[in-house]
Amino acid sequence: MSYWEFLQTFGQRFLEGTLVTAEQFVLASMLAIFAALIAGLARLSRNPVINGTAVVYIEIFRGTSLLVQLFWVFYVLPLFGITLPKFVAGFVSVGLNVGAYGAEIVRGAIQSVPKGQYEAAIALNMTPAQRMRRIVLPQALMIMLPPWGNLLIELLKGTALVALISVADLMFQAKQINAANYLSAQAFGTALIIYYLLARFLITPAMRWAERVVARKMGLA
Amino acid sequence: MFHWRWDFVWQILPDLLRATENTLIASVLGYAIALVLGLVLALAQRTPWQALTWAVREAVEFIRSTPLVLQIFFVFYVFPQFGVRLSPWTSGMIAIGLHYASYLSEVYRAGLDGVPRGQWEACRALNLSTGRTYFRIIIPQALPIALPGMGNYLVGIFKDTPMLSVIGVAELMHTANAIGSEYYRYLEPYTLVGLIFLAISLPTAAGMRWLEAAVRRALGMTK
Repeated sequence: MSYWEFLQTFGQRFLEGTLVTAEQFVLASMLAIFAALIAGLARLSRNPVINGTAVVYIEIFRGTSLLVQLFWVFYVLPLFGITLPKFVAGFVSVGLNVGAYGAEIVRGAIQSVPKGQYEAAIALNMTPAQRMRRIVLPQALMIMLPPWGNLLIELLKGTALVALISVADLMFQAKQINAANYLSAQAFGTALIIYYLLARFLITPAMRWAERVVARKMGLA
Repeated sequence: MFHWRWDFVWQILPDLLRATENTLIASVLGYAIALVLGLVLALAQRTPWQALTWAVREAVEFIRSTPLVLQIFFVFYVFPQFGVRLSPWTSGMIAIGLHYASYLSEVYRAGLDGVPRGQWEACRALNLSTGRTYFRIIIPQALPIALPGMGNYLVGIFKDTPMLSVIGVAELMHTANAIGSEYYRYLEPYTLVGLIFLAISLPTAAGMRWLEAAVRRALGMTK
């Protein structure tokens, strides 16, 4: 079977899988950014309970494997009365895992905003919320965008694991095609190429574009 | 509702600890491969041949932006298609070693690029050989820059070993899966696996930070 015939036969399934991977990626990214912002800000809090909760979240998710977390959420969480469909369990685990790494990026970025900016905001009589929203976060955003670009590629790669709880993503389709007819090089090779194209020609340019937009809004471009 | 069974914990813990040994062996072996191969990939990008630099760069980019679990499957299933039979351990080590080598090559590259140009020029002016230039001048200065990244990937490789379970390497996750499906109890095995990972990765991360500080001190770089 030539590669062209292979694509004609299985192209549809790769397409379907890519779509599910894209859905997982978008949902997990949103959750990761949300969790990272909350946990990153909480890490800067002086309240020991808030700070401690964030530390526990970050250390648990960074200290164990994504695969362990995924299986825990899918197989153990139901015992606590929380049964998530596999699709939801997939992006929730990936999102929370990446969010823990993102929290450190958020914290580092906020801490690297020069001290004078805080002092100026205080001198201008801004409330703490205004200070954060209008002065600190926009500048922190500039600093944290490049590392987030890398992290989102890690996130895309992380979504491949949801295939192991039978979410029908790209990885899953490749596995199924391989199992059905042993065209391993074609099945796994095609999936590898699609992941690469997504990372290199979709996520990376999108992040570059976001960096440019933010720089322009800050009057730096 | 669940209930935690201690007797079950004591029953399965020996198996899990034995599997932890395999997890650690896989991490150390994979890391050793990655350390050496990463250096080869980094140095291959510093030769005068543009085509080689470009080819290695693209290969590193490709490996870095595709999922490890897929690469593990690829190595395990594709080599036999061409008549080379690899055991799960061998294919797992090839995949994980290559994956992390591409990451480490970037760490090495950043370290080598972080050494000021003047240092290379001074070596040339002093007529030092390439070996002496690297070992006496460049590497001692590149090491403190590269060390944090190297430490992160040691912990990273450890946390990625559960992916080897997909091709049947008998590490922690594989054992936990087997226990789960045999007794139909997932609470204890998966929770214990999580705890074992925490118990190893947190001290390792702390140890790496200590090592970074010690190296900086030894090289007289403390501020």
